[in-house]
Amino acid sequence: MTLPNNLNRESNGNSNPETNGVDSHQIVAQRGQPLGMVIEGSVSNGVEVRLDPGVSVEQIKVGTFVTLQGTDNRFFGVVTDIGLGSTDPRMKFTPLPSDDPFVIQALQGTVAFGTISVLPQLTLPDVVGDEQGPAAAKSIPAHFSRAYTASQEDVETVFGSEEDGNFWIGSPLDMETKLCLDLGELVKRSMGVFGKSGTGKTFLTRLLLTGIVQSGQASSLIFDMHSEYGWQGQDTDKGVTVKGLKQLFGAKVSTFTLDEEHSRRRGLSTDETVKIGYNHIEPEDVELLRESLNLSEVAASAAYNLREKFGEDNWLKEFLDAGKNGSLLELAEELQVNAGALRALYNRMGRFTRHGFMVEHSRVDTAAQMIEHLERGQHVVLEFGRYGDDEAAYILVSNLLTRRIHRKYVEAKESAMGGAGKEPRPLVIVIEEAHKFLNSAVASQTIFGIIARELRKYNVTLMVIDQRPSGIDSEVLSQVGTRFSCLLDNERDIDAVLSGTSGSRALRSVLSRLESKQQALVFGHALPLPVVVRVREYGTAFYETIQGGGDSDEEKKRKVDELFG
Amino acid sequence: MERRVGEVVESTSTSFMAQCYQLEGAPALGGLVRTDSPDIYGVVGTVTTEPLDSARPVLARGEGADSEEDVIRDNPQLARLLTSRFEVYIAGHIEDGVTRQYLPPRPPRVHSFVYACSPEEIAGFTSHLDLLRLLLNSDVSHADEIVGACIRQAATSHDQPNYFLAQACRTLAVELAADVARLNAILRRISP
Repeated sequence: MTLPNNLNRESNGNSNPETNGVDSHQIVAQRGQPLGMVIEGSVSNGVEVRLDPGVSVEQIKVGTFVTLQGTDNRFFGVVTDIGLGSTDPRMKFTPLPSDDPFVIQALQGTVAFGTISVLPQLTLPDVVGDEQGPAAAKSIPAHFSRAYTASQEDVETVFGSEEDGNFWIGSPLDMETKLCLDLGELVKRSMGVFGKSGTGKTFLTRLLLTGIVQSGQASSLIFDMHSEYGWQGQDTDKGVTVKGLKQLFGAKVSTFTLDEEHSRRRGLSTDETVKIGYNHIEPEDVELLRESLNLSEVAASAAYNLREKFGEDNWLKEFLDAGKNGSLLELAEELQVNAGALRALYNRMGRFTRHGFMVEHSRVDTAAQMIEHLERGQHVVLEFGRYGDDEAAYILVSNLLTRRIHRKYVEAKESAMGGAGKEPRPLVIVIEEAHKFLNSAVASQTIFGIIARELRKYNVTLMVIDQRPSGIDSEVLSQVGTRFSCLLDNERDIDAVLSGTSGSRALRSVLSRLESKQQALVFGHALPLPVVVRVREYGTAFYETIQGGGDSDEEKKRKVDELFG
Repeated sequence: MERRVGEVVESTSTSFMAQCYQLEGAPALGGLVRTDSPDIYGVVGTVTTEPLDSARPVLARGEGADSEEDVIRDNPQLARLLTSRFEVYIAGHIEDGVTRQYLPPRPPRVHSFVYACSPEEIAGFTSHLDLLRLLLNSDVSHADEIVGACIRQAATSHDQPNYFLAQACRTLAVELAADVARLNAILRRISP
């Protein structure tokens, strides 16, 4: 007995999704669990999917990836909202026997059903391995298109797979799939790691740096404020130490220290000890330290007068000598600056130069040393030891070194453009407490502000790590290509992180609902769409995936080119 | 084994009236019956037992009797003066060997025989449930009762009654998507 009528096929729940509107042989890509079908929508607001009777709303979470099989296209999207609907608006006023499972079961999924809102973001190639990659979705799937949870293949198609040389940073929410990042794209623009204190910024940064070191896509220079990245770091939650870059990669990583004693106390040997000579300090550095040293504008600008008088190399030493000899007043008169301001400058600079890493004259050009290491494809970690807590020292040293390194890079890049040399190797500079360098008052003056704005013109990009992104100059923040945001709860910080991002309203709710550990919202340049990542565990299992600190194929090729090319 | 239960005495496009051969011999409410040539299926909706001559109403006769059986035994003429009829709502037909769950082009002819369907036939016919729509829209005041009775009876003919019930519930839910109160009333009638 056959019935030609198949109208109630869908309602019977035994419909075969393989044949729904599309020839089954067209579809090669494997799909996840069927969820429901598209019932309405628009490009601006996304589509509404009515869940199948067997699918409970409780199984689905906001932020889950979904694929939608349209007639000609397959769409990839994110669940932005979940709702409950009913076919009869009077249902909410009708007393129903909630204790009768038979009735409730019959109503569930039919008259009373779940809906999910899906924002289609990409169109996927229908056939796996198709040359044509995912593209931004400019349309929506037709009525009655089927929705599925995204499969591992879908996620790999969108985010790239580990086999293709991408770096596995974690998994999407509620999936065991590996979520990968294209590090090549990542280091092309500046990036930012944000989050409240204790949300796993350091672990995420360490993971990203490990990826960068392993891939050999770029060199990195890390201003390691709290000595966490070089040899070892602390997991304060578990009370254990974790391996730093030097332990994982050996010779690929060089560690510099400002505080030799501190390193020795920790039983570590460092490759180089950094000394900063008075001759290395420039009036611009003083200007930058104004806030941390509590100097007035007049006092800071007196440094320029001093340089004019004593010359670039000697101004600070001569000035401090003059102060010691008690001839500050004469000097003030001669320079025509306020004597009080000059005295303030003398006091502050005198105190500052008492730091152990300051020497009267240093012939060693630390920046040149670092560049040498970086050019060899090594990665440099500068540990600040006990000076890490001294904000002024951190700002001064990182700014001073970066300025010199940047200058060399600009020269190298310009001669490469003129055909006289080879392209400098891409460099990622990692700074912590970024709002101190990049706040609106100083961002225009510090080298970091310049690097952030210049983007990748000179192959130098920044990785800024900060817990108060609202303190960072908005112009600089807008240049941060890829953002990794752990939990933030301050409204202004959330606004700052999401500034200039499309769909920030939907992301805002995601961001404030992140778990306080091991979760981050990643979006921007290196990813086709925003994604919440459960960050990979940084521990023994992770160390084993590091390939013995050897060189990647790309790195080997680069070295061969350098030797023979 | 088919059981002949009556004969069509009145016929319309949506329903027909059959007279029973035996007094009180009508099939149960909601039972599936079939006429022969053409094969038309229907669900029993209204069963009536009344005097043959409407001008001669039935009188109470048991005042002095001990039991109801005594009344029948003492008045053997009653079986000839009374008759049972049942109204059947058409639920589908067979056209060129294919079962269609919509109204036939012509109703059954008067004097067609009416048979009660076997469990196999019931299970076969109710493997699709578009007939529920015909019943729900049959415009009788007790359509919900007929639907409920029909589903309850059909379930006993299926190998997996619970699966059949679930299917029936989904079909009802689709048909009554805009009237949850009515849906709820029927669901409670078929709830096992």
